[in-house]
This record gives sequence, C-alpha cells and structure tokens, in this order.
Amino acid sequence: MKKLLVSPSPHIHGKDNTRNLMRDVIIALLPSLAVSIYFFGFSALRLTLIGVAACVAVEYLIEKYMLRTKVTIGDYSAAVTGILLAMNLPPNAPWWIMVIGSIVAIGIAKMTFGGLGQNLFNPALVGRVFLLVSFPVIMTDWTMPDSWFGSAIDASSGATPLGIVKEALSKGETLQQIFAEHDFSYTQMLFARVGSVGEISALALLIGLVYLLVRKVIAPHIPIAILGTVAVFSGILWGVDSTRYTDPLFNLLTGGVLLGSIFMATDYVTSPMSHKGMVIYGIGIGIITVLIRQFGSYPEGISFAILIMNATVPLINMYVKPKRFGRK
Amino acid sequence: MKTFSIGGVHPCDSKISAGAAIENFPIPEVAYISMSQHLGAPAEPVVAAGDKVKTGQLIAKANGFISAPVHSSVSGTVKSIEMVKDLAGNLCKAVIIDVEGDEWMEGIDRSEDIVREIKLDQKEIIARIAECGIVGLGGATFPTNVKLSPPPGKKAEFLIINGAECEPYLTSDYRVMIEMPEQVLIGAAIMMKALGVTKGFVGIEENKPEAIRVLSGYSEKYPDIQIVPLKKKYPQGGEKQLIDAVVGRQVPSMGLPIDTGAVVQNVGTALAVYEAVQKNKPLFEGILTVTGECCPQQRNFKHRVGTPISKIIEAVGGVPEEAVKVISGGPMMGKAMCNIDAPTLKGSSSVLFLTEKQTKRKEEGNCIRCAKCVSVCPMGLEPYLLNKLGRAGRMDDLEANRVYDCIECGCCSFTCPAYIPLLDMIRLAKGQVMRIMRSRPKN
Repeated sequence: MKKLLVSPSPHIHGKDNTRNLMRDVIIALLPSLAVSIYFFGFSALRLTLIGVAACVAVEYLIEKYMLRTKVTIGDYSAAVTGILLAMNLPPNAPWWIMVIGSIVAIGIAKMTFGGLGQNLFNPALVGRVFLLVSFPVIMTDWTMPDSWFGSAIDASSGATPLGIVKEALSKGETLQQIFAEHDFSYTQMLFARVGSVGEISALALLIGLVYLLVRKVIAPHIPIAILGTVAVFSGILWGVDSTRYTDPLFNLLTGGVLLGSIFMATDYVTSPMSHKGMVIYGIGIGIITVLIRQFGSYPEGISFAILIMNATVPLINMYVKPKRFGRK
Repeated sequence: MKTFSIGGVHPCDSKISAGAAIENFPIPEVAYISMSQHLGAPAEPVVAAGDKVKTGQLIAKANGFISAPVHSSVSGTVKSIEMVKDLAGNLCKAVIIDVEGDEWMEGIDRSEDIVREIKLDQKEIIARIAECGIVGLGGATFPTNVKLSPPPGKKAEFLIINGAECEPYLTSDYRVMIEMPEQVLIGAAIMMKALGVTKGFVGIEENKPEAIRVLSGYSEKYPDIQIVPLKKKYPQGGEKQLIDAVVGRQVPSMGLPIDTGAVVQNVGTALAVYEAVQKNKPLFEGILTVTGECCPQQRNFKHRVGTPISKIIEAVGGVPEEAVKVISGGPMMGKAMCNIDAPTLKGSSSVLFLTEKQTKRKEEGNCIRCAKCVSVCPMGLEPYLLNKLGRAGRMDDLEANRVYDCIECGCCSFTCPAYIPLLDMIRLAKGQVMRIMRSRPKN
C-alpha cells in the first residue's frame, strides 16, 4: 500500500516567498540604479556592488562563524540592504566607507537583534546615519564624479537643492532671492538632480513604486501617507510664509523623500502590520521630515524620521488593530 | 461585482473537472454506512445484524437535538454493526450491509418529473427535512432542520443559497447548478417557505458563468430568488463571508448568521431538500468530484453513501503514481486522508489527488513581518501575532486578540512567504482558548 502524506489544511501554498519578494524589491530598484549609472558611471555601479558584496559577506560570516547557525543569504535580504545603503550614499564616496556602513547595517542593526525579521530599525538607514554622523564631510560631498556618458546635471553644483536653500536661508536670504540665483527646474528634478546615488531621478523611483504596487509587494498606505503628509504640512508652512518655507512640490521632489517613502519606510520588518498602523506611521514620518527640514540643523530629515518612527512600531502594533470582521 | 469586504486570497482555479457530467457510480457490493454523518451526536442504529433493509429505509435514528437520522443507501442484509475507520483513521460506528439488488422503499418518487407545487406547510416541511436526515452539504454537515428553525427571538429575513464553490478543484455544486437548476431553485423556495421569508439569493462566483446564465434563465418563474454573481475570491463560500458579500451585513463576533437575518444553505442541500420534500427521498446519495492534475480522469459521480472511497479511486485507475496526498474536500480546507478505504459520507464532496510539488510543505523561515497574513485574513485577525502568542501559550492575549473568530480558512498559511504554518498553531490555540471560555461559569 502506497504511503500517503497527511497534514492539516491548507494543502496548497501561494506563489509568494521571501526570496521572490526581495527579488522584486531589487527589480524595483533597477530603474534608479540604471539612471545613476548613466549619470555617475562606474562609481555608482562600483558602490552598489561593494555594498551588496559587503552586506552579504558580513551576514555570511556572522551566521557561519559567530552564531554557527543556518546561513540565510539566499533570501536576498542582505543584498537588498546593500543596494539600499549604496543608494543613500553620495556617488563618489570611497569604497571603505561602504564597507563600514555594511558592517554597521548588517552586523549591528540586523544580526544583533536576531537576523531577518527581528530588527527594530531599518539596517540600511542605521548604516547611513552612522556614516552621516561619523563622516559628515564625505557624506555631504555632492561633487560629480566623472561619468561615462557626460553629465546632464550641472557639474558645478556641489550641494543639493535642500542644502543650498538651508544655507542661504541661514544667511538671511529669502526664498525668492535663492530661487532667482539658482535654477531649480522642477522638470529637471523629475528626471535628474543632485543627490545620493538613489535619489537622482524622481521618475525612476516612481517607476519602482508602481512596480512594487502592481506586484503587490507593498501596500500603498505608507508611501501615500508620507508623501501626502509632507505635501500638506509643507504646504501649510509655505502658505504661512512663502519667503521662509519652500513649496510642497519642491519638498516632494528634492532630497530623499521619494527614496525613503518608497524603499526605506516600507521595509517589512520595521513597519507596522495593520493598514491603519501604516497610515499613522507614514504621517509621523512625514511630519518629522518636514520639521527637521524646516527647523532642524540638517537640510534633510527623512532618515531620522524613519528611524524615529521605527521605534514606535511595536507600540503601534500593540494598540492599532486591523478592522475586525463583525465589530460595530 | 459584489464580494466580501475584508481580506481573501486568489488561489488557482483548477476547475478541471467542470466539464464532466454527473454519472451514477455503481452500487458497491458492501456498504459501510457511518453513524457519524453529521455534526453532533452519532445516530443510533435501529436495525440489527441479519435484518433485511431496502434502499431509503431508516437504519438509525437521530440521537439528540443536534443529530440526524441515517438511511440505508442500498438494499440487502445487515451484516453487522461495528466500528470502522473513517478517513482520518478514527473509529466510528457503522452499519455494514451486504448488497442484494437495489430495491427502493415504497413512497419514494423515482421519476424524473419535476414537482413544482409545494404542498406541505411550514411545520411539515421542517419535519420532513428532519425525517429524511438532510444535513448541510457545504462542509459542516450541520442538521438542516435545526438551521431552518431559528431560536426564539430571532427572525429570518432571507435565505442565501451558497453556490460560491470558492475552493479550487471542486465542481460538484457547479454540476448540480447546471444539470438540475430548477430542482435547486424549488429546494430554495421550499426552505424560504419553511423560514417564512419571501426573499432568496443564490450567490455564485463569476468563474461559473454557465451556472449564472442557466439559473438566471429561471428568474421569471422564481422571481423571489435573485441570482447574485460574485467576484472570484476565496473564502467567499464561508458562511460569514457569503452573507457579507451578498447583502453587506457582518455576522457579529461570537454571533450566528441568523443575527443578520440570513440563513445560508448550500446548493447540494437545496437539491436534497427538494428531493426530500417533493420526492419523499431521504438523503443517501451525494455528488462527488474526483480530480487532480495528476489524475488521468476527471469525474463527477453520484455515489451511494457508504461506498468505500477506494472503490471510487479504483474506477479512475487507482491512486496516481505522482500523487502523494489524497484529500477529501478542497485543497484549502479539505482533510488529507490516511485511510482511503473509509466509506463516503453524506457530506463527501471530492477526492482530490495532489502531487509532491503541489502540496509538500517547504522549510519554514523567519517571519519577515510583511503583514500579508494580516491583509488576507477575512476575519480581520493578526495571524502572525496569534501564532507567536500560541507558541508562548499566552491564553489571555490570544482571547483578547479574538483567536476564537478564526474560521480556519487557511489564507494566512497559504500566503505566508516564509512558509510558516500559521493555521496549524492558530487552530491548536483556538481549541485551547475555546475550551477555557466554555469552562467559565455563565452569568
């Protein structure tokens, strides 16, 4: 008599698995990567490859020789962290800074908490913020590296629009003067702007978002809540005093808001589990980002905003429950 | 198009046996008729070894309020009454009958004519349904007469016939709807009369356009019964989800469907009610799908209750080489058989063969907190949390997070990208929590 397999239902499984989801995130990052390679050439590609190699290596070494447990690099989550960390660095950052960032991201922010699924804070962002406070000069050096294809971005601009505005405002200039001095074309920002490797093209990031939504890798709640809050909150400030506060479109198109809201804040492990919780989390990130940009000492605040809201996720999960069936 | 409001998944459709017309399965040489055909207390045999019985004769009476009588599905001599193994390998009492010919009880109308006029009154209908041993054929096998008698203080407003058949592979309800549409509608009309309601619905998923078309063709003859096409989404055929989908009301937590004014009955049950009330035929036959990609034949059989499942499997060429699992029911909520010699029951809906590739569980990984289990849960629960609390044995927190609302549809385990068997743990925890809740003194 043939032996039969017996187990409780369900007897079939859907197509999703961790590796496929992570692969989809990598695919969604490809348009941004392609644009940055187009503008920054070899340096962007090199930085990304070093990031992936270093993150995967750190995870492998820790699991194999320190924890002596199953090696899980095959789920691609370390590779995603590596790409995201590279996307958050200036294009001509030295290779060793990438390695230090990877050790912090994987070694400290991920593996010490127990590996995939256990960490409280987004590993790539912990790595980025560690580098930002440790090597502030390198991390804010936006000079353009040599490109393979020639540069479409004004190579002389050595600062991001956010940085330029922040510095000029601190010198007492009004926004109208600043915008008159510098040519901030919103159309150009959509295609290419000064910034870190992953921030170059808003359009490429939005293509990634559409891919993630179509493939149902992420729910739309977090990106929409962040972008909506940034637009509304910065719009209110702009309405109050348009000489001091930048307009909503400028806030959405500059800096890391798109990269952060699409790829960093939506990190499964460090974001809330219910749709309601995701909206609260997104609104919090949006408010803190605008507060840091307009009132803080850093020109950009999305990284800090996401990390701060990461810390509230367990609390959100405890108190914000999904809509139950049959509850009035 | 209508559907239920929270969660749900889209498993493969796989209705590969949809084209196979219902065929009569040969009467077995020996029938093993289980006394546990229904939810509730097993029936009490009223025959003894050596007795001659006819097809349709009462062989066991209902044993309590939630119970149902059992009728012989064959004619012959009672060989013995003994314990036989059911498909899970558990022992249950069965009446074993050596088959001789096929002599039916007098009074059963075996003609093909459709009897349209409903002569019995409300009370007589419910009594007839109880006498004929009709149980819900959608899976739970709950005695139908009990469901048609709302508890005091509750009033039914409408009847919903469940033609969703949302489980992949299953096609028995579909075949019944397209081969015997009017009988199903008359069955529905009978139950509406029994409930004293004037409004009925038949909910059918859009992947069965033929059934929607055929049943809609009777709308002039049966104007009180509305055919409601539904978007394809699992678990639409769950009672609570179907009510939500069809009339937009949610059964309250710990409540009954009747709290929304709805009574839900399966398509197969409607047919059985028609046969019982109009044809005086007790429930001793069932429609069963034999299917699976690895199975060389796709069939829909009308079987006599008590036919060994192994006989049915032999008729399609035995358990296919590639099959590693044989399931009674659908792949989402069905039971994996460990004893294929078990006899069919009133509620048997399918024999499904799955290959290793289709059904073998993969190695469990870390929870990546993707929240997919939360967004697919049709009851709005948090499967990842219930799994964690269950593993930690935290009964109070499990109750606070409403583990008792789980309908065990399996959407969470189905969708989990880390292959965590969430439902295994939740089912266990739910059982423990419900035991604790029941043991509390009632106030």
